[in-house]
Amino acid sequence: MGISTEPYSPDKTPKKHPLSLQLDVSKFEKATDEEKKQADVMSESTSFFRDGMRRLMKNPLAVFSIIVLIAIIATILIAPRVVPYSYSEIITVNGRRDKSATNLAPFTYSKMEQQYMAQGGKVFPHIMGTDELGRDYFIRVIYGTRISLTVGVFAALIVLIIGILYGSISGYFGGKVDLIMMRIVDVIYSLPDLLMIILLSVVLNEIIKPTGNGLLARLGTNMISLFIVFGLLYWVGMARLVRGQILTIKQNDYVLAARVSGAKSSHIIRKHILPNCISVIIISAALQIPSAIFTESFLSFIGLGVKAPMPSLGSLASAARSGITTYTYKLIFPSIMIALITLAFNLLGDGLRDAFDPKLRR
Amino acid sequence: MEEKFTPDSQYLVQAHDMKMYFPIKTGWFHSKPLKAVDGVSFDIRPGETLGLVGESGCGKTTVGRTLLRLYNPTGGEVYFDGKKVDAKSIGGLRKDMQMVFQDPYSSLNPRMTVEDIIGEPLDVHKLYTSRQDRRDKILHLMELVGLNAEHATRYAHEFSGGQRQRIGIARALATNPRFIVCDEAVSALDVSIQAQVINMFEDLQKQLGVAYLFIAHDLLVVHHISKRIAVMYLGRMVETADSNELNSNPIHPYTQSLLSAVPYPDPKQAKERKRIILEGDVPSPLNMPSGCPFRTRCRYATDECKAKMPPLTDRGGGHMVACWNK
Ligand SMILES: Nc1ncnc2c1ncn2[C@@H]1O[C@H](COP(=O)(O)OP(=O)(O)O)[C@@H](O)[C@H]1O
Ligand code: SF4
Ligand SMILES: [Mg+2]
Repeated sequence: MGISTEPYSPDKTPKKHPLSLQLDVSKFEKATDEEKKQADVMSESTSFFRDGMRRLMKNPLAVFSIIVLIAIIATILIAPRVVPYSYSEIITVNGRRDKSATNLAPFTYSKMEQQYMAQGGKVFPHIMGTDELGRDYFIRVIYGTRISLTVGVFAALIVLIIGILYGSISGYFGGKVDLIMMRIVDVIYSLPDLLMIILLSVVLNEIIKPTGNGLLARLGTNMISLFIVFGLLYWVGMARLVRGQILTIKQNDYVLAARVSGAKSSHIIRKHILPNCISVIIISAALQIPSAIFTESFLSFIGLGVKAPMPSLGSLASAARSGITTYTYKLIFPSIMIALITLAFNLLGDGLRDAFDPKLRR
Repeated sequence: MEEKFTPDSQYLVQAHDMKMYFPIKTGWFHSKPLKAVDGVSFDIRPGETLGLVGESGCGKTTVGRTLLRLYNPTGGEVYFDGKKVDAKSIGGLRKDMQMVFQDPYSSLNPRMTVEDIIGEPLDVHKLYTSRQDRRDKILHLMELVGLNAEHATRYAHEFSGGQRQRIGIARALATNPRFIVCDEAVSALDVSIQAQVINMFEDLQKQLGVAYLFIAHDLLVVHHISKRIAVMYLGRMVETADSNELNSNPIHPYTQSLLSAVPYPDPKQAKERKRIILEGDVPSPLNMPSGCPFRTRCRYATDECKAKMPPLTDRGGGHMVACWNK
């Protein structure tokens, strides 16, 4: 059918094959010098982390939130050492209970305090006034912030740990394991979280009666059930995220290369998969903190929060509702705090995402 | 009963009737096998190169990965150095069988330095006595593939495609393997860089005596480096012969069309040799034609081709062809 099959013969041209128009034999030598030169003009070595930090520091909103967060954390650490009041202490002047020191406006003093000061005594100013029981409001807001932040960070940690473990197992092993694990996630996803928290705290109140003076005992069963519910329910979002990341990263040939080298699953997860999705995980953990703080504030606001007299930002705001027209400042201070913290964490999370994972940008 | 396959000690790698079917979901509970590789056999001698060519999607990558048991094969046997490769024995053989990948970007972890990428197989098999020994071995490997040792602490994204491929080759060489699957190892590179890298593969083979399964979709690339060439079509081998014999005397209609697509340096030669343009698309491996897989695009196809699958038969001197009419 006219197909010529002998247009060339390799024997005639032992050195330069006629087929090697593209692969010219004379070119077949190591171009190491050239390559080295090429390599020498490469940019300064930059690690992924340093690169991301540089981008983060160029983002004014992110830098602003970092400053705000550092300021808040410094304040809640230092203030209790400077301010001579405690969050549960009713103001006394010279050892006597000061009944007139209730509902003071910011930077004002009660009659007893004024008398005492007139006699030459020293009284630490009530920066945010006092509450209806005569407790210094500033220190209560500080402790409330402490509690709220702790709750946020711990809840995010719980979510992070469970989510990473569950998501990475599901994503890495895939197949049937993945299918079953993800159906469980779907079921959990559909449970109403607030209802679960309310039910659990009722049940827990019956079962465990935290005693003693530990932090958990002071926080109360509501907080414990909040943590438990976070541990039981809220990790599913994180697990889904981790799984999705791992499914994408698993496609890369470097994972296959590690398997060709004989690496075990644990090695591959540790060395290849986690380092490549850790930034996404940390970013969404940063975004988890304000959401936990918000949930806690909301629960405290509806009366399911920390146990009195321990304050949280939510319970402070809740207590301030009664005198909202006369003592508006009592609602404003904790609300501003909640807003500042959630905003700062959200902006920081966004900044981190932009700096470390430009692909995720929308 | 099928006769039992006995490995031949003169070969380093032997694949016998290798099959790899992927289950493809067709519904909630149903799946259909996608026959990516369907009964492929070949042998590779120590220090020798077998070229594997075929259009994209014909199952070349699957052959390479099944050979290294990255997939659990549906059927057939693989022997390495006389030992059967199975789920149990593969752990001990990983050191000897390595792979170089097509994509120089996705094959290197962007969060790792060159040193750690090349050092990974050393770490996995604990092939060093001290930190210094590890570093010396890595620097030696970098030198072997023509990389500047000063760049050991850099990240892969700072290198060009050709350099990245050298990093991947150094990693494959780290455990001192006797066999490397090069899966389109140069396809993603510029033509001039391809030449350098292929040349390096040849040098390394001379120095280290390593055998290659050299996969490419381009006959030119394979011809230069391979002693023997195997041509694949839709998961099957259609022709195998010595490299020169295949180029000068292609028998299978598919091989002929592949060769006719090769660009010629001499316009007169190019004119003499008519291009055979293949009509139609490659059939889906999910919907394999009956009989000869090539019959939907073959101009010599007859009724016999429709009825029966042609077996590979020797046409003299080990030139094997699977075709009824040629
Ligand atoms: N993991 C997999 N699952 C399902 N199908 C696959 C998988 N890998 C490859 N295939 C299919 O097998 C066929 C051969 O693919 P491949 O071996 O990658 O071909 P080549 O390397 O020659 O381009 C293709 O049709 C491809 O879609
Ligand atoms: S067997 Fe028939 S269809 Fe297949 S290549 Fe030969 S002639 Fe063509
Ligand atoms: Mg391929």
